[in-house]
Amino acid sequence: MIKTSQDYRSAVSEIVAKYSGSKSSLIAILQDIQSRFNHIPFESALEVSEKLGIPLSDIYGVATFYHQFRLKPQGRHLISMCMGTACHVKGAPINFDALKEKIGIEGDEETSPDGRFTIQRVRCMGACSLAPTVRIDGDIYGKVKLDGLDELLRRYL
Amino acid sequence: MRVGMGTCGQAAGAEQVFKALKEHMDKTGIKGSLISVGCSGTCYLEPQIELSKQGFPSAIYANVMPDDVSSILSSYLSGSVEGAVALREKLGLMKGEANVPLFDELDFNKLQIRRVTANCGKVDPESIDDYIAFGGFEGLRKVLSMKPEEVIDTLKASGLRGRGGAGFPTYLKWLICRQAVSEKKFVICNADEGDPGAFMNRMEAESDPYRVVEGLITAGYTIGAHEGFFFVRAEKPLMALRLRRAVEESRKRGLLGNDILGSGFSFDAQVILSAGAFVCGEETAMIAAIEGRRAMPRQRPPFPATKGLWDYPTNINNVETLSQIPVIFQLGPQKYSEIGSEKSKGTKVFCIAGKVRRTGAAEVPIGTTIRKLVFDIGGGVYEGRKFKAVQTGGPSGGCLPEKFLDLPLDYETLQAAGSIMGSGGLIVLDDEVCAVDIARYFLTFTSSESCGKCAPCRVGTKVMLGILTRISEGEGEMGDLDELRGLADAMRDTSLCALGQGAPNPVITTLKYFEDEYVAHIRDKVCPAGVCKIAGKKDAVAQ
Repeated sequence: MIKTSQDYRSAVSEIVAKYSGSKSSLIAILQDIQSRFNHIPFESALEVSEKLGIPLSDIYGVATFYHQFRLKPQGRHLISMCMGTACHVKGAPINFDALKEKIGIEGDEETSPDGRFTIQRVRCMGACSLAPTVRIDGDIYGKVKLDGLDELLRRYL
Repeated sequence: MRVGMGTCGQAAGAEQVFKALKEHMDKTGIKGSLISVGCSGTCYLEPQIELSKQGFPSAIYANVMPDDVSSILSSYLSGSVEGAVALREKLGLMKGEANVPLFDELDFNKLQIRRVTANCGKVDPESIDDYIAFGGFEGLRKVLSMKPEEVIDTLKASGLRGRGGAGFPTYLKWLICRQAVSEKKFVICNADEGDPGAFMNRMEAESDPYRVVEGLITAGYTIGAHEGFFFVRAEKPLMALRLRRAVEESRKRGLLGNDILGSGFSFDAQVILSAGAFVCGEETAMIAAIEGRRAMPRQRPPFPATKGLWDYPTNINNVETLSQIPVIFQLGPQKYSEIGSEKSKGTKVFCIAGKVRRTGAAEVPIGTTIRKLVFDIGGGVYEGRKFKAVQTGGPSGGCLPEKFLDLPLDYETLQAAGSIMGSGGLIVLDDEVCAVDIARYFLTFTSSESCGKCAPCRVGTKVMLGILTRISEGEGEMGDLDELRGLADAMRDTSLCALGQGAPNPVITTLKYFEDEYVAHIRDKVCPAGVCKIAGKKDAVAQ
């Protein structure tokens, strides 16, 4: 469903109120916005800027500094490929390239053209003992093998 | 029935096993309680379940698949422990007991001394009663009857040093913050574990969160703070969830809030989700993040102990440091400091991962040798492979080759060898790993994690990465090696924080101990390990 500016405005009002309009809660506010809309829509950032009295440029600065935030809409499923050291030496880069090809992502793009998957590299989810690991939405998979990727993707339509 | 449901257990498929157990109970009418516990450190055994029956020895089963559940249960209930990987105790009451070792006798466990991880995998991490039953909050009770100065003296006698990596004496950190005069002070638990390869904080806080809470309350009492924060990495959601529940439950039981345990001391804490930036490991950057800004470190001094969060004196300790606190007050400082090395007392949890047979987290006295951890506990490299190096300390650490295997793991010794202990991650590398690729991997990491504030780190990591990429593609020149050494010196001397100062370590150690591999890439255009893709030379690699 397409969101209108009014949707963003009321959502942001609600979230900002939850944190009593405190400027130091900017990161928590952006986290809440992202968990509601899957990304940080421009209109919502504008609204936060107005409500908290923080310049939009500062909000952009914070949103682009941290790995968690995404300014573009996310696909239906989020694939987080762990690129920690243990995963790196156990084949994560090969899995990553293969996965990108399988879901049709080229270059530095993150979301597949059909909007089914967004893929991101993360550095260490702390399951190094089961490297290489992948998290899809809330599910975490260990010892991921190249020939098991298709089966894994089939679970997420 | 206990199922290990830490992040590692989940990655191994523990949720399906839990579900299968539940369904089996419903179907067969077996009565019992099904509890999800944390991780006992033996990640290589995941999914792991433990079955207990009143009056009988508890049995642990490893690498359990959902289909195995019914046969395991019926065998155990019929009085046999055959097929179990280990037992908690031996009572001679069940069939097959003689053939199954005790859990503490497994090769992975027998060298361990479990203090901060004593409860991990045993207690229900969400149950405050479980924690209390295993001696939880006993230390805090003692602390609240002592004067803060006495608490600091006890810490001093224990010899505890920060387990986050820097190894600063904890008593001194607390003392400086205690002595700072201010109407308000804060304590922060650094649960923003960011070193790739280090997952001990995740394991500790996921599996035994109340211990961390107890440590933070103690810190608050000692320095005179009434407000605390757990700064938890969003990448580790289970850790955040468990700490959040522990805080709520502690509040309900009067262990947080006003007049804790009737002592007159008031203290409360909250969990803050870090949005993810490696540089937050630097204390001043973490403070900026909690204040809602970009996490950029600032010049120190002033140190956070005198001028920290919103300019108030702030004490920051790592999850494991705080987890050690209740142990010290339970055991007493003398007993606590009986183990460890000359300069560092007590235990440290090390994570063993990479190209090694048994992966997991092991708690051993500080000063245990790398060989014991990698070979005796970890079981060494896989069949047919050759040990090459162990990478310690994450992106600010280094790769140490075979000749360092008998080095005791301690803050000073590792530093002297060109690496650091850091938070205690050990990644084992075998002959299939390329030294140049590992250096390039870490520089990819540090260049993207550099906050950009100071030029030596921002530019230095980029330039180093460029050179390493060229070398790995077979386009390097011999002069590049001196260029890397020069850059490393400049970055170490002039970067603002530990991220930039430590970033050259992976390059310098690989260059020092595996220079021949660099030369092979540059002069012979060959990657000896066959990892780097050198154009037109694929045949040489294959040969």
